[in-house]
This record gives sequence, structure tokens and C-alpha cells, in this order.
Amino acid sequence: MLKTFRIGGIHPKEQKVSAGNAIQPIAIPNQVIIPLAQHIGAPCQPVVKKGDTVKVGTLIGKSVGFVSANIHSSVSGTVLKLDKTMDASGYRRDAVFIKVEGDEWEESIDRSPDLKKECNLSPGEILDKIAAAGIVGMGGATFPTHVKLTPPPGSRPEILIINGVECEPWLTSDHRLMMERTEEIMVGTTIVMKALNVDKAIIGIENNKKDAIEKFGKCAEAYPGISVEALKVQYPQGGEKQLIDALIGRQVPSGALPISVGAVVQNVGTVLAIYEAVQKNKPLVERVVTVTGKDVKLPCNILSRVGIPAANLIDAAGGLPETTGKIVSGGPMMGKALASIDVPVTKGTSGILLIPTLEAKRKAMKDCIRCAKCISVCPMGLNPTLLMNLTEFEVWDQAEKHRIADCIECGSCSYTCPADRPLLDHIRLGKGRVNTIIRNRKTNA
Amino acid sequence: MSVLLTAVVTLGVIGAGSAAILYLIGQKFKVEEDPRIQEVQDVLPAANCGGCGFPGCASFASACVKADTLEGLNCPVGGQATMDKVARILGQAAPVAVKKIAVVRCNGTCEHRPRINLYDGASNCTIAAALYGGDTGCSFGCLGLGDCEASCTFDAIHINPETMLPEVVEDKCTACGACVKACPKDIIELRKQGPKSRRIYVSCVNEEKGGVARKSCEVACIGCSKCQQACPFEAITIENNLAYINDDKCRLCRKCVPVCPTNSILELNFPPRKDKSPKEEKATVDA
Repeated sequence: MLKTFRIGGIHPKEQKVSAGNAIQPIAIPNQVIIPLAQHIGAPCQPVVKKGDTVKVGTLIGKSVGFVSANIHSSVSGTVLKLDKTMDASGYRRDAVFIKVEGDEWEESIDRSPDLKKECNLSPGEILDKIAAAGIVGMGGATFPTHVKLTPPPGSRPEILIINGVECEPWLTSDHRLMMERTEEIMVGTTIVMKALNVDKAIIGIENNKKDAIEKFGKCAEAYPGISVEALKVQYPQGGEKQLIDALIGRQVPSGALPISVGAVVQNVGTVLAIYEAVQKNKPLVERVVTVTGKDVKLPCNILSRVGIPAANLIDAAGGLPETTGKIVSGGPMMGKALASIDVPVTKGTSGILLIPTLEAKRKAMKDCIRCAKCISVCPMGLNPTLLMNLTEFEVWDQAEKHRIADCIECGSCSYTCPADRPLLDHIRLGKGRVNTIIRNRKTNA
Repeated sequence: MSVLLTAVVTLGVIGAGSAAILYLIGQKFKVEEDPRIQEVQDVLPAANCGGCGFPGCASFASACVKADTLEGLNCPVGGQATMDKVARILGQAAPVAVKKIAVVRCNGTCEHRPRINLYDGASNCTIAAALYGGDTGCSFGCLGLGDCEASCTFDAIHINPETMLPEVVEDKCTACGACVKACPKDIIELRKQGPKSRRIYVSCVNEEKGGVARKSCEVACIGCSKCQQACPFEAITIENNLAYINDDKCRLCRKCVPVCPTNSILELNFPPRKDKSPKEEKATVDA
């Protein structure tokens, strides 16, 4: 029997219609808009000014603070202006506008397609290169990778877990990467193992990607210490804590990081970016975005530079279907609805999903019928209906006691609720408040 | 007969003994409380709204009794009448409190501020604000989901279904500040009610540059500073592309209202303006 995590989970319809379509490039428009906040943590400080000439890979935003990541130009051309632009959530944030001229890359970047296996750098040098390249978690959370690969004092990583689960329905960008860039991901894995000083890595792939499992299985024979594991299809297996539970049977304690059980998890896309940064000196300036949806003419996987508007990607997929009611950045479970299609692709855009109006519309909330479905599907073992009520009545001490801060915001509770209650909306709000309370208590103590 | 007598006597003795013990314990652990606290509490509105800044009427009462002067202590719900009564009980002078009222600083009705997307998530402003900028191009303005209405214990603020903006019922608003705290966009402000309830305020909180603000909303403040120049009392300041009228300095002359190119300054409860030519207006000012 295939492994999976032990509690909760759901199995939404997979809908991976673009799985067989090879990654295709997209034409670079005349202008790109590169936001200065593409990661969790402090936004970047711009280091270019109006009129500056940039090449692909030129540093344009320098990270400030510990949790932050550099941002590089994804095109060559001239900086038009530093201004605010509407981000995916509809708030206007700082960005660099670049007029595109040609496609000239920084000389230090090795653009040859040859596989470069040897890496003689020390762990410290690898981390420095990752930090310089501005790599963040490509699964969607966009947590700066060099921070994640720096274990806090007193903890020692034992095992590296590579996340090739892609449990979100519709999305296929990681699947295509695994099919087309297998060797590079393998080398990337060995580099991360070296950086962490671990000798064991497991690549976890859900069983709906049999071709990828087979390809990795064959490839892994040449790499000692790396094994491939097929997993039962179950959402949200791509969550760090769920994946650790599924693969090595360890449970991360409440409020702790995966490192507390000796595990470090990295997404396949991140590992590929690490390979490119360390071996080819290429900063993170492009990523694979799945553009898909029920009525989309040409569902596809596009290799897009950061800063290209979502509208261009939608055009490449055959244009905006008339039926579209909601455009989601990311997958249907955890993605966020876009406020406008002019928002640019960022490091964390794993997909653009066009949902027809009929399916997008939320149903009216009804009374809770106490069926406890949300409790049975919660992968963190929480009581979502209770947490929603505690948030509504602002009983923060009880919410904290019932571990609201452990919620991974996977949305399984809202998905399964027969009364269409917006459980996650409320819990997310309460989680934010409780986290603030906990933080304040820590700083005051 | 003797059985009955025994029972009565026994119970009587136990009762008397318990009463004595209770009395002694009561004396021993007696908490001295100023009787005026209860008196003050009796004249307070008992709304427990927290508008005074204390958790409830009881704690406000004890704060009043403990304080040396009543300066700075005010029950916005009871108003001047209640504070006078409190002052009489305590034998102190009542501070003259300025009557305030909640003011909604957004005029982005459906007409002025077109919707660019639809929100169908949980009907709660705080949740919507945490998710995204809102269903119009203005990420500062009112979301219209009614957190203020839900927070009001006096039935004094309601969302108008036509404009999708909250409206304050002047007679009911006690300036307790619950809606100010509830609004995630900081749109509601407590301002001086003014003589005859006349007020002038900038009905916008958009901090974008003029062009961007104007594009998303017809009546947005564009920070052009015309009102600042028109104001004879230096009551208007411009910060982050947004004008603000200081109600301590404003003398309600209304000069700023007509110069605003986007009509974002609102005047309330004034008599209609006479159609004056600029010359006449000057004459009245001189007179």
C-alpha cells in the first residue's frame, strides 16, 4: 500500500489536463513590471534608478533583513521608473518598471544546456550563492530558501525531503519540470544535501505522476543516498508537515519547525533553481507557470520571466474564455483570486487558473449542522468549526489553546463543508491575530 | 412532641452558630469600598460600551472616584448631563467635554467608484481586507461589508444598500468609538459634532498620487492643496497626498468646500449656500 499522511486529507478531482504538454517559452513583452516584494519577509530595497541599463540577471532589489531575498532583472533594457503597481491582492506595492531592449544576459551566467555535475563548493559557499540568487520556495509559499537551509543553532538536519507531490488539482508545472529537467533536479538535490551535510534524501511524488516516478526511479540509481517514493494521491500532501509524516512517519510538534524532527523539505522547482544558481550562476528570473482551466483552449505550461503580466500568459493559452468568473493565481485549493489580469508573474506564481462563473461563485453560508466533516478532513487534527466560532467571538485565548496557529490554511475544511461555511476565511483571520498575540508576548517577556 | 422540639432547637443552634461564623468572617475580610462608586455607577448609562476607554461602566465609576479631578474622564454615551451628575456626586467641577460624532471618511458610492471585481467570500470587512484590496480600484476605501454596523451597540450606523457605504444616525451616535476600532481600513473618525451639528471634513482616505486616486474614484482627494490655500485658519494639512481638516482649528467657514476639484470635502447640516459672486463674498468677510 502506498504511503500517505495519517490524519485527514481530501481527494478533489485531479483535473491535470495540461500534464502532457511540454514546457513552452513565452515572448517577452515591451515592458515588464518586477515587484520588489515577491517573498515572505521584508520587501527589497531598489538598487537601480530611472534610466539605468540592466541585463538579465542584474541585481535590482537588495534584500534587507534576515528573512528577505534578492530580486534580479528578468529582462535586458532600461529602467523606466520606480513606482507602485497593483499586486495579486489588489494593493499597490513598489515595483521596478523596465522597458525591454533585446535579450542580453549578464556575462557570469552560464547559458549552455550542459549538465554540470561536480560541485566543489563548501556548504557556506553554496548558501551564499543561493542567497545571492534570490531563491525562494517555489511551491507557492515563497519563503527565502537560504534561511530555510540555515538550521537554527542546536538542531541538526538528518534527512532532505524533495517535494514533488504537487497535490493541488489542475497544476502541472512541477510535474513538467520533473519530466524535462530530471537530471538537473537530481544534481540540485545532491547540492542541497551537501549544503545541509546530510547523506539521505527522499523524493516524494504522488502516484498520479507515474511517468515522473519511473523516470526519477531510474535516474536515482546513479545517485547514492537519494531514493524515490510513490505516494497515495491525497490533498494536502504537499504541506511540509504532511509530507514528512507520509515519507518518514515523524510528526512535527505543534508550533515547531520540520527541522525539530531532523527534516528539511524543498520543492522540486526550488531544487532546480538551486542547481541553476550554484552551477550556472543563474539567479531566479523565470519560472514555470501552468495556465489552465475548464474552458481554456490550450492548457499549457509556460516558462515565463518574472514580471510578465498574467494577461500575456492567458493569451498564450488561447485567450480569456468568455465564461471566466474568477482568475486564481496558484491552485484552486490554496491560490488567491487575482484582482486584475495585469498583475505580473512573480517567483511564487505556480499557476493561473481560469474558473468559469458557475463554478467560481461561492454558495451562501448556511447553519452548521454539526456533521464534523471538517474535523475528519483537517490534516492538522484541528476543530475548524470551533476555531471559526472562537474567531467570530474573538476568544483568542481559547483559539490559541485549540492550536489555531497550527492551521496550514489548506482549505480542506471549507472544501468539505456541506453548509458552505467560510471556515478558512475566519480561521485565517484568527490565526493572524493569535500569532500577533504570541509574538507580542514573546517580545515583552 | 419532644422530637419536634429537639429538631427545632438543634437547627436553631446550628443556624445561629453559622450566622455568627459568617458574620465574623464577613467582618474580618470586609473590603472597604467607597460608597460613591456605586452612586456614580447608578447614574452612568450601563451600556458597558467601552467608549470612555475603560472596560465597562463599573471601572469608569471607580476611576472617577479615585481621580483627583474629572479632567480627561468623559462618558461619551451619557454626555454632558451624565458627567454633571457624576461631578455633583463627587463634589467636583464637571469638565466641559466636546461632543463628538463618528464620521465616515469615504464617499466611494457605486456611482463614484466603479466595481472592478466581485467579492463573494465571508461577509466581513476584516477578512476581506486581509485577503485583498477590495472590489474597486481604491484599496483604501470602504469595503461595505458592515463590520461597523455589527460593532455598534446603539443602532447608530447602517450600511446604505444603495451606496454600499455606512451612514451614521446622528441622534443615536454616542461617539463610543466601537466602529472606529472595528473598521480595518481606518475610515471612521470621531470628530467634533460642531454647533447645530455642522461639520466639514475630507471624505476620503486614499493616499495614492492624484492621478491614481482619481482614476479609481471620482470623489477621491487628489492632494492638490487648493483647500489648504483657501483655508484662512491653517486648519488643513496635506500628508501622503491626502488633505486633513483639523477640527480644533476649523471655524466652519466653508471656503475649502467649493475649491475642491473632486468634491471630496463634505459639509453637513449647513443651510443652502446663496449664489454669491466672489465680490460679495469678500464683502461679507470684511463685514
